[in-house]
Amino acid sequence: MSAVLKAVNLVKIYSGGALPVPAVRGVDLEVEEGEFVAVMGPSGSGKSTLVHMLGGLDTRTSGEIWLDGKRVDTLSESAWALLRREKVGFVFQFFNLVANMTVADNVELPALLAGISPKEARERRESLLAALNLGDRADAAPAQLSGGEQQRVALARALANKPSVLLADEPTGNLDSRNTRDVLRLLGEVHKQGQTIVMVTHDARVASLADRLVSLFDGQIVDDGRITRRRTGTAGEVIDLR
Amino acid sequence: MRPHLLALLAKEPAHGYELKQALEQTFGSAYPSPNIGQIYVTLGRLEKDGLVRSVDVEQSNRPNKKVYYLTAKGRDALTAWVEEPTEGPRVRDEFFMKLVLAPLTGIADRMALISRQRRHYLSLMADLNDLLSGTDPRDRVAGLLIEGAMLHLQADLDWLERCQEDLA
Ligand SMILES: Nc1ncnc2c1ncn2[C@@H]1O[C@H](COP(=O)(O)OP(=O)(O)OP(=O)(O)O)[C@@H](O)[C@H]1O
Ligand SMILES: [Mg+2]
Repeated sequence: MSAVLKAVNLVKIYSGGALPVPAVRGVDLEVEEGEFVAVMGPSGSGKSTLVHMLGGLDTRTSGEIWLDGKRVDTLSESAWALLRREKVGFVFQFFNLVANMTVADNVELPALLAGISPKEARERRESLLAALNLGDRADAAPAQLSGGEQQRVALARALANKPSVLLADEPTGNLDSRNTRDVLRLLGEVHKQGQTIVMVTHDARVASLADRLVSLFDGQIVDDGRITRRRTGTAGEVIDLR
Repeated sequence: MRPHLLALLAKEPAHGYELKQALEQTFGSAYPSPNIGQIYVTLGRLEKDGLVRSVDVEQSNRPNKKVYYLTAKGRDALTAWVEEPTEGPRVRDEFFMKLVLAPLTGIADRMALISRQRRHYLSLMADLNDLLSGTDPRDRVAGLLIEGAMLHLQADLDWLERCQEDLA
């Protein structure tokens, strides 16, 4: 088994303010190909900081990051950007779409940048938007969409280049239960197709799709283990009606 | 199960097996399938308490069947059940007792307890997810029941995080 993503003793100390803030304090993590890892933990425990570093969006203070067997934390910013285009999909806690591009172009752009042919990029965009119930909003501008719709577009965009790993930070934070269901269905599907996923979430339904749970507390991993499934098939053991 | 049977009998008289079917039909796949023996035992008790009465109905080629119907006293009991406020789901919590008391025993530390419990809740959630995706979307009663259970679990998880922040 090869790790798609690996962090070794990863540390992040923010030192911009009056006092240095240790946000991530020595994280070791290996994510296998096809694995779906949920990251949970209290607010301020370092979840966003961790996944930002893993995706090269924030620099580490010390430690190593490996992507597809290649050390990436030592890369220059431009080399990182190039690699990210091809290998990483990212959904942010606060979605950021390109405001002056249509929804369709927002989703197709990363695929085109990753070198996928225009025809394939368009097909992929169409199927992703359809899966997220956004097929009829392709020509809209992001500002014309609700927060939940924008977040779903951000997910479609992150998956457009068929990344080695999908990194997501609270991708259902702005969604109501119906929209969450669309996102859940798509995540379940791409995971089944072998997509590697690392996802920060407070949503237990989303987290329960994962194979494995990593719990952060105070910048450190305090628990790392499987989410087992009993596959009872009946409600009796889960729901207790009196 | 007593008030559930009373409620079904308030609609129309029925025999034991019909009550089992009615429960299954009403609650759909989310209801732990009721045991016929338990239904008969419950009906016997209800009859003893004067809440239902039964008549033997003759059947050709088969033994008589007992058809149960609601008495006035039964209707009063049912009304009282419907109208009394229902207890919230969380009045006791065994896990919380473990969390508070375990450090005294030296058996497990709180962080480990919380982590294990969190993964257990997520396993339950995964089961509910499977259950929901295997449920006919038109079966609204079952769907709502499962969604309710999910929301309770989410609250348990949120509360677990509060315990972690304050106690661990
Ligand atoms: N740019 C920054 N400068 C200084 N400190 C920061 C910065 N970004 C985050 N922090 C601090 O680092 C710690 C971890 O923050 P982070 O955003 O990773 O938490 P989180 O687990 O994602 O929380 P939430 O659940 O609220 O999103 C916090 O104490 C936060 O205040
Ligand atoms: Mg965050």
